[in-house]
Amino acid sequence: MANVTLRNVRKTYPGGFEAIKGVNVDVGDGQFCVLVGPSGCGKSTLLRMVAGLETVTGGEIDIGGRVVNQVEPADRDIAMVFQNYALYPHMSVYNNMAYGLRNRGMAEAEIKTRVEEAARVLELSPMLERKPRQLSGGQRQRVAMGRAIVRQPKVFLFDEPLSNLDAKLRIAMRVEIRKLQRRLNTTSIYVTHDQLEAMTLADILVVMNGGQVEQVGNPLAIYEKPATTFVASFIGAPPMNLMSTRPEEIRSQLAGSAAADAGILGIRPEDFVITDQTPAGGVALPLTVEAIERVGAETFVYGSREQEEQHVAATPGELPPGEIIVRIPGTEAPAIGARIRVAAVRQKLHLFSGDGRKRLEA
Amino acid sequence: MVEDEGIRRYVAHFILWIGIAIVAFPVYIAIVASTQDNALIANGQMSLLPGGHFFETYYQTIFVGTSGSTREPVGNMMLNSLVMALLIAVGKIAISIISAYAIVYFRFPFRMPIFWLIFITLMLPVEVRIYPTYKIVADLHMLDSYAGLALPLIASATATLLFRQFFMTVPDELLEASRIDGAGPLRFFWDTLLPLSRTNMAALFVILFILGWNQYLWPLLITTRDDMQTIQVGIRKMITTTDALTEWPIVMATAVLAMLPPVFVVVVMQKLFVRGLVETEK
Repeated sequence: MANVTLRNVRKTYPGGFEAIKGVNVDVGDGQFCVLVGPSGCGKSTLLRMVAGLETVTGGEIDIGGRVVNQVEPADRDIAMVFQNYALYPHMSVYNNMAYGLRNRGMAEAEIKTRVEEAARVLELSPMLERKPRQLSGGQRQRVAMGRAIVRQPKVFLFDEPLSNLDAKLRIAMRVEIRKLQRRLNTTSIYVTHDQLEAMTLADILVVMNGGQVEQVGNPLAIYEKPATTFVASFIGAPPMNLMSTRPEEIRSQLAGSAAADAGILGIRPEDFVITDQTPAGGVALPLTVEAIERVGAETFVYGSREQEEQHVAATPGELPPGEIIVRIPGTEAPAIGARIRVAAVRQKLHLFSGDGRKRLEA
Repeated sequence: MVEDEGIRRYVAHFILWIGIAIVAFPVYIAIVASTQDNALIANGQMSLLPGGHFFETYYQTIFVGTSGSTREPVGNMMLNSLVMALLIAVGKIAISIISAYAIVYFRFPFRMPIFWLIFITLMLPVEVRIYPTYKIVADLHMLDSYAGLALPLIASATATLLFRQFFMTVPDELLEASRIDGAGPLRFFWDTLLPLSRTNMAALFVILFILGWNQYLWPLLITTRDDMQTIQVGIRKMITTTDALTEWPIVMATAVLAMLPPVFVVVVMQKLFVRGLVETEK
């Protein structure tokens, strides 16, 4: 059981590329921390630095009150689950799990107890003598988890452990990982690029972009109050609608707000209502319906705004300028080509500075 | 159409049989000749059917040797060849797997120059560097010894290269998982890399054993004593006789015996090959 604290952690590669530009994160004892971000944002590098597989250029990595910058991976008391599982192909499931314990000189009887217990929890008991190649993807994934569990480490590290599984299995394993972590109550750091995984697993969510932390906090708090337009559009699917507040149409409705001039307005698709009224202090937009997506419980309406929109802050998952997504419950939807008015109340508006780097309170 | 297919198949098989005959006939001749009477062969009256001297010829070949030229029992030559071939094959694999491990997994100064240096030796086979090598072996007093036969042939750029290529296909995560599991460099090598290389080692062993077994020039140079002769050199010496008839049945028996170990190795290792190939997954 341990805290993991990253203090101003930096990583510069010999070529001069700065992968991590000063990260501060504090993961409390038993907490599940998820690092999320687009590919190349440095989240895996950061995890590998915690594991000791990458050197640290600057700052401190502290596991359980001990600075481990110079400590070998084996001596950091961590266990890691790799994306491709990295099981030893020539060893049986049992030996895969026992290997790390044997290297530590643990008594064979104790190893047996631990491996069998882990196998029972992970429902691997009938296949302890099999080789990894005789297992399905999900089973291999569980062996990789088992290898981590038997060590009873202070910290679990997960490097996109579910990305090699199919969609259904991924959801099942996601729930399993969460349950397991709750029960073992072991501090965990989990890397993913899937914002849904991030939202559902995290106690603390760390949104990363370009080697920096964009926002840290409770996943729902981040969802409700994204600190930057990057976070706003990365967390949540479909992404938040972002638009410039410069056009007269929007500026007039936001009169008196800090972002009325040269700012960015964000509204989540589910916060729009199709209505002819304009709520007091809220924002209403006329739209032409371009496309409809019915997914059963909800329907997404893709609309375009009347006037050409100025491009705002480039972010992943961003909508083309002038396009707005509206999520409405059920399957009732306006016809394609119809002209509608959508509106959102004041409390649901997200306002950002013009460069998208700062959240403004309405 | 169906008949056509049938005819075509017979033609194809016929051609294949011709191919087999071309390859197998000399071997057959060697076996037949080794069972005939020497006088018949010398007169050019050799029958294409096996003669009646099988046991007597092979007994003499293995335990006594020719009565004229070498007088060394072929059994002893085979032992010499076997020791040399095994030393070369095992030594080459051992040395090259270790050097490949160093080159792939360790960062040290002049790593790439060293790799290229090893690579360049590919262009310098034994024949090219035979004089300096002979000089060194002679100075080390290793003439007429197993060490002298095997050592100069042990360093192998080809095998190093092969293992290097294989190691580079082993996912980095395996090394990282080992590091987290508390396995140091030796442990990782022994517990993970070696078992994974089993198939490669088996394949190399077959190739290198045959290469070692078929060495001719080097053993010819450095062995002077009859009891250190290898079988390949022995055959040559048996054929050249100054004032007596070449003892062809014994020469042929020796040739047949010389074929057996490589055939045995291929047959036995082939099983391991296939099993290894089926099992391999990284």
